Amino acid sequence: MTMGRISRGFQGKRTDEADASRLPPGQYRVDPDFPVLSAGPTPHTPLDEWTFSIAGEVAEPKTWNWEEFQALPSEEIRTDIHCVTKWSKLDTTWKGVSIDTLLEGVEHDATHVLAFSDGDYTTNVPLEDLVEGKAWVAFAFDGQPLEDEHGGPARLLVPHLYFWKSAKWVRGLQLMDHDEPGFWETYGYHMYGDPWREQRYSGD
Amino acid sequence: MEGSETRTDGNAIAGVLQEVFVREVTTCRIACASCGTVEPIGAEHAYTQTPGIVLRCRHCEDVLLVVTQPPGRTLLAFPRSRWMEIAAEP
Amino acid sequence: MAELIDETPRVRSIVLNVPDWPGHRAGQHVDVRLTAEDGYQAQRSYSIASMPEDPRISITVELLPEGEVSAYLVGELRLGDPFELRGPIGGYFVWEARMGGPLLLVAGGSGIAPLMSMLRHRQASGASVGARLVYSSRSWEDIIYRDELERLAAGANGVQVFHTLTRSQPEGWTGYARRVDGAMLSETAWPASSTPMAFVCGPTPFVESVANALVLLGYPATSVKTERFGPTGG
Repeated sequence: MTMGRISRGFQGKRTDEADASRLPPGQYRVDPDFPVLSAGPTPHTPLDEWTFSIAGEVAEPKTWNWEEFQALPSEEIRTDIHCVTKWSKLDTTWKGVSIDTLLEGVEHDATHVLAFSDGDYTTNVPLEDLVEGKAWVAFAFDGQPLEDEHGGPARLLVPHLYFWKSAKWVRGLQLMDHDEPGFWETYGYHMYGDPWREQRYSGD
Repeated sequence: MEGSETRTDGNAIAGVLQEVFVREVTTCRIACASCGTVEPIGAEHAYTQTPGIVLRCRHCEDVLLVVTQPPGRTLLAFPRSRWMEIAAEP
Repeated sequence: MAELIDETPRVRSIVLNVPDWPGHRAGQHVDVRLTAEDGYQAQRSYSIASMPEDPRISITVELLPEGEVSAYLVGELRLGDPFELRGPIGGYFVWEARMGGPLLLVAGGSGIAPLMSMLRHRQASGASVGARLVYSSRSWEDIIYRDELERLAAGANGVQVFHTLTRSQPEGWTGYARRVDGAMLSETAWPASSTPMAFVCGPTPFVESVANALVLLGYPATSVKTERFGPTGG
């Protein structure tokens, strides 16, 4: 954005007491706010119609319905999240099923994943960035069931990458043997999205 | 169709589009490739609370136009539009 | 910046003399950009409430809970402070006297701003098209431009104003006291047979519910122009 004339006395709603070493370059804290960013209308899939699938380059696709999903072992997660639009939230708490659990017993030779959601949203992540405790399918935030506008009933949670990769309303993972751009990646955003290297746009 | 609170309409993206097209385009018509309806841009649904701007057909919600602005450039994509008409200004 | 007017406890009008202002059409808006000393920027759109005939432009800003830009514009901004804006913008949500009518204007809260530009322009141009305004506010004290609307309503060619107060009403209030709905519009809006032009402005859920109700009353969808402010205001 081009530099504008300074507006005397304007600060915005950022807090000053952020722990600077926890904020990636260019980010600011918005706690306690949790901005809602959406590229389309909020889906409202009823729980009795919801499913989550592992598909693509796998020997045998797997699907869980909501009941089956809730029966999987889940964990509490405490983490910082960073949105490409520059806001960050520190120490957010979630509950979810780790991708390691979901991939248990799945035979594949995939290197990349395309996560797909209700409303035709997709985003791509290398498989190694989803396993070994780095990612979850989260269904609760701050001790409450995840609200629709924040991606409920369940969203992908990949906190070490910019938050557009944590696909809201996620319905499954398509395993692939190559990388392919998802929605925002197709329109100029970075294929990987590491906030610590400020990889917002392709070419960064 | 169920509404969405953060949704606005094409009027809200008039400024960004004017930077690109150099003239006002919210009265210009756009045709949806999915359901065929034709509407002025100002009437379509706009989602601006995003990493970029998404304009969706107000009848079927398919994506007509995506605008992102990496530094130094503007990227326009027309995923599901058949055409956009720029009429001569009166 | 020429003047700051506190319209209601939460709403302020900012009147500006903009050098080389090209003039605007009723219903258009400006994009206001604020820049903090460290380069942080925020931008919002505000409808121009003043009429095209007025050489100065005015925008009306409502203080939103947790609104960083509105908090600055309503609470902090002082005469003489620099002000950056882009505009006028918009060609879809506009009305000029030569477009005819009758006009149906439906406003939710600060959504009255662009419609006020249209009403002021209608008055100044001497247009004889009929005009009706259905205006939803939280309470009597929250009605923006209340006195001016009374003046615009006076006289044979005045606009017919229907207020509805959704949260609290003054003693003895006999007007509407609920959210705008189909029943209220069937009593106040022009009949569809008179081929009215409708302009609806306010928060997104308000606009969508009113627009749907008007279509159910027989208004062709193309005759209902909407401007959504997003979840709260703009």
